[in-house]
Amino acid sequence: MSFSSVSPRGRFVTLPPVTEVDGVSDFLSQAPGVDEKELLAGLQRGDEAAFAALVDRYAGPMLRVASTYVRDRAVAEEVVQETWIGVLRGIEGFEGRSSLKTWLFRILTNRAKTRSAQENRSVPFSALPGSAGELDEPAVDADRFFGAGHPERPGWWALPPSPWQDSSPEQRLFGREARVAIAEAISALPERQREVIALRDVEGWSSSEVCETLNLSAANQRLLLHRARSKVRSRLERLLTQGISA
Amino acid sequence: MTGSGVLTCKELVELITDYLEGALEPRERARFEEHIDTCDGCIAYLDQFRQTIRMTGALSEESLSPQARKDLLETFRFWQRN
Repeated sequence: MSFSSVSPRGRFVTLPPVTEVDGVSDFLSQAPGVDEKELLAGLQRGDEAAFAALVDRYAGPMLRVASTYVRDRAVAEEVVQETWIGVLRGIEGFEGRSSLKTWLFRILTNRAKTRSAQENRSVPFSALPGSAGELDEPAVDADRFFGAGHPERPGWWALPPSPWQDSSPEQRLFGREARVAIAEAISALPERQREVIALRDVEGWSSSEVCETLNLSAANQRLLLHRARSKVRSRLERLLTQGISA
Repeated sequence: MTGSGVLTCKELVELITDYLEGALEPRERARFEEHIDTCDGCIAYLDQFRQTIRMTGALSEESLSPQARKDLLETFRFWQRN
């Protein structure tokens, strides 16, 4: 096994605590490579502090991404555990051709997909095989626009959206209900759309990181992201419009 | 979306992510901006879209339970001994 030569040497790295102080987390997320190399080397040497630091950095995002595949919180935690075991198994052979983060999340999404496939055998709606015409679905229901035969404004809004901030109290927009609605909308998405929005918008990854992790072209990534965002928006619109008429 | 002339609302709502990602051709981008400058419905739609992205990014900051973290560290120690 890879870590047999470990000795009781001192702690290898001490990470500063990640606080919410101005820009600290921004800095980390924009420069993930800052000490990733050190952590990786520590991990390959079997250093527990390096392992713990990586767990603390990535386990939260990993759990949230896993939760977009499997509903059950306990199963999502298992997926995270299995991923780290996969990491320990593979770390010796990891050559750093991709970033550690990309590699980690590739293992994670593969594990999560397997578990989700098992889980979904009993969940009818997600079991629908990649709903027909997935890539042709419009961002907005066609009946919100004037038809092609309209004399003056074909293709323009017949039922335009109304601004949210004017009609919805802030707490409704950013409150728990909205978060639940978003999470539900995401978990009901076709798999590829769900993967892309989870990494791009929930976790805030760059498009190139997402393309690398999910092996997508930039154009395809944008298309999937657009479908996903459009559906989440539409779900929120339903929630917020209900609020107005209630 | 290679039509000429004025962009319709129905076309515009399909271009928003490309617009936000800076992926529109300069001409397409000009048509997009020309439309949105004068269309309240599309201004509201673009704003809702941006808010959706922001709110998605604010999904609960769930993290691993302390027990799961402890289990992981134990797994690590076990891994090293074997």
